[in-house]
Amino acid sequence: MAALKIKKGSNKHSAYNLRPTFSDVQESHTLAMRVDNEPGVLARVIGLFAGRGYNIESLTVAEVDHLGHQSRITIVTTGTPQVIEQIKAQLGRIVPVHEVHDLTVEGAAVERELGLFKVTGSGEKRVEALRLADIFRANVVDSTLESFVFEITGASEKIDAFADLMRPLGLVEVARTGVAALSRGAE
Amino acid sequence: MTRQMTGARMVVQALKDQGVDTVFGYPGGAVLPIYDEIFQQNDIRHILVRHEQGAVHAAEGYARSTGKVGVALVTSGPGATNAVTGLTDALMDSIPIVVLSGQVPTFMIGSDAFQEADTVGITRPCTKHNWLAKDTANLSGLIHEAFHVARSGRPGPVLVDIPKDVQFASADYTPPQAAKTSHYQPQMKGDIEAITELVEAMEKAERPVFYTGGGVINSGTAASQLLRELVDTTGIPITSTLMGLGAYPASGKNWLGMLGMHGLYEANMAMHGCDLMINVGARFDDRITGLIEAFSPKSKKAHIDIDPSSINKVIKTDIPIVGDVGHVLEDILKVWKARGRKTNKEALTKWHGQIDKWRETDCLSFKQEGKIIKPQYALQRLEALTKDHDRYICTEVGQHQMWAAQYLGFEDPNRWMTSGGLGTMGYGFPASIGVQMAHRDALVINVAGEASWLMNMQEMGTAVQFRLPVKQFILNNERLGMVRQWQELLHGERYSHSWSEALPDFVKLAEAFGAKGIYCDNPDDLDDAIMEMINHDGPVIFDCLVEKHENCFPMIPSGKPHNEMLLGEASTQGAIEAGGAVLV
Ligand SMILES: Cc1ncc(C[n+]2csc(CCOP(=O)(O)OP(=O)(O)O)c2C)c(N)n1
Ligand SMILES: [Mg+2]
Repeated sequence: MAALKIKKGSNKHSAYNLRPTFSDVQESHTLAMRVDNEPGVLARVIGLFAGRGYNIESLTVAEVDHLGHQSRITIVTTGTPQVIEQIKAQLGRIVPVHEVHDLTVEGAAVERELGLFKVTGSGEKRVEALRLADIFRANVVDSTLESFVFEITGASEKIDAFADLMRPLGLVEVARTGVAALSRGAE
Repeated sequence: MTRQMTGARMVVQALKDQGVDTVFGYPGGAVLPIYDEIFQQNDIRHILVRHEQGAVHAAEGYARSTGKVGVALVTSGPGATNAVTGLTDALMDSIPIVVLSGQVPTFMIGSDAFQEADTVGITRPCTKHNWLAKDTANLSGLIHEAFHVARSGRPGPVLVDIPKDVQFASADYTPPQAAKTSHYQPQMKGDIEAITELVEAMEKAERPVFYTGGGVINSGTAASQLLRELVDTTGIPITSTLMGLGAYPASGKNWLGMLGMHGLYEANMAMHGCDLMINVGARFDDRITGLIEAFSPKSKKAHIDIDPSSINKVIKTDIPIVGDVGHVLEDILKVWKARGRKTNKEALTKWHGQIDKWRETDCLSFKQEGKIIKPQYALQRLEALTKDHDRYICTEVGQHQMWAAQYLGFEDPNRWMTSGGLGTMGYGFPASIGVQMAHRDALVINVAGEASWLMNMQEMGTAVQFRLPVKQFILNNERLGMVRQWQELLHGERYSHSWSEALPDFVKLAEAFGAKGIYCDNPDDLDDAIMEMINHDGPVIFDCLVEKHENCFPMIPSGKPHNEMLLGEASTQGAIEAGGAVLV
């Protein structure tokens, strides 16, 4: 059976393979969508997830095309393959959503997140924090005699790992942006 | 050439340009400028309902019976919140309506102003889309877009919230031709490879069945015509959901009757035993599937739907086809004819033989004995006496609704208005008003339960004021019959609050509104009484007293598969297990 083909541009559901994918395995997918930057569009997306009981692991949104008034929303979600397909189809139904891309299945993608970490302490711990930050290529963006604020970008796992290391060294506060993602290559 | 006008005038102009001839509404402070414009023109008729829920259901009835977009106009705050049930109903049943609501002026939004409600927020989950019109300059374009969204793709309700200052301010009017084209353009044509795959499956299938739904009606009358041609040339039997009745004629030779929880035995057995299921514009609702794991276990399933989210939502589909039913059916017919009009004749004959055996069960048989009218008998007589009329049927929700679906025959699409997905008691009466407005000379009957009917009985005033001769055929069992049935079967016959005491005298009630009331409690008088109802030129409340403890069968209890239907009183003992009782 050939996979259902939906021509590019002919429809906004290009990311969907509507063949059955029923399985119990939980998968994590990164979805990126282009939306009209109009009031309430984020509420529609979030309301869909809340109303239908889907997970949001991370969500980022910002206007990316000021002239066209379009934003990009990136959502990391988990679910069975069937649920993931449902989520994409449901997102596609939202009128101001132009395109939904499943970066997890549509070829390679880069995913990055930015984290800010406030670490307080003195003596050996402070030195160790700075040393680890260096290994992780985190930048010091603020410092006092008893604190640092580190800025780190990378895949979420890298930021998780950095957080784990900082915790015993005096981590007091974390701010993370959530994932921004793009497909690799020229397309 | 552009024309300057106020936002309020723009609303009326945009409605005219969208071909609207009727608006159902109720005025209030936040829509007064629009009402002022309505007063000063004659192209659009405004029907003053008695409750905003009635306006929205009337718009639904108008839409469903015409294939056009229905329109309702409500004020801010309570006017808008009263519209919520109707919007949700239209969303569930994919009915195209545009609701225009007034809003407090933009500079007061967020200040808890008098009759302010976050209408766009409240209605976001119960509309296909909604808008707050913040600027008069964009208002006309927005209304055109609202109509486009309501009718395109999978139809549905939309709402435009219009602050009062936006109604007063002036700007250039944008006619529909000049409005910018919407990016919202759902795919109409189905994938030809998948269509071919389906045709191949149809050629080989030994036990195929068409399972059709409201999507066929929504796609337009051409889709119903194509469906009839496909069914009759292939000889494949067809069943339909509650929402799809009339797409294929009840008198058609391949008709199995409705399927589902209260569907016909032969229809459900065919669904259970088929080897190819062709879902055309239906959505595998839980009233249809019963127990998912045991749903039609041996069949290959094709699903034609304009909404990709319907596919694989509940039931695995082997051949998914995203597209408009009409377009896809046309392509199926083309491909099937081009490939030589093949079917598996021998197997099909056997399949029809099997279906005929199931038919012998005669699952709708009942006995009318004694002096008490059986509800089934009342509907059988109603059918016999009205079927040759230019007839439209609405229903409320409950047992009477299922009996109406079982005992009335629908020969054409758009003749059957019922609340399927939401199951809204109170839908039928206002819907019948909307239908009658669209078809002034037709016989419009609302088959009602006494409890449902009371939920929007205030619309009697509307029917009388606008001389709408809607017939309210109430099957009065003095019970919340469907609730009583579930309590009998699932809750140990503990009839907690499922009967209505202090029911009104419906004849006097009719008379109090200036309409006609007819009472009938004797099977021998029934025909004459129904004829009197038909022949009366004006609205009628027909109080038909029926057997109080009749149950609606067949019934697939919640959590059971299709082949474990209850057929009558004798089969109900111990049939429902605790597991099924948690389901609705
Ligand atoms: C607004 C609303 N409230 C409650 C229900 C639950 N409900 C479904 S059927 C029913 C009883 C309907 O009684 P009636 O209109 O007399 O119809 P009958 O079943 O007796 O024919 C009820 C309460 C509903 N469907 N809608
Ligand atoms: Mg009743």
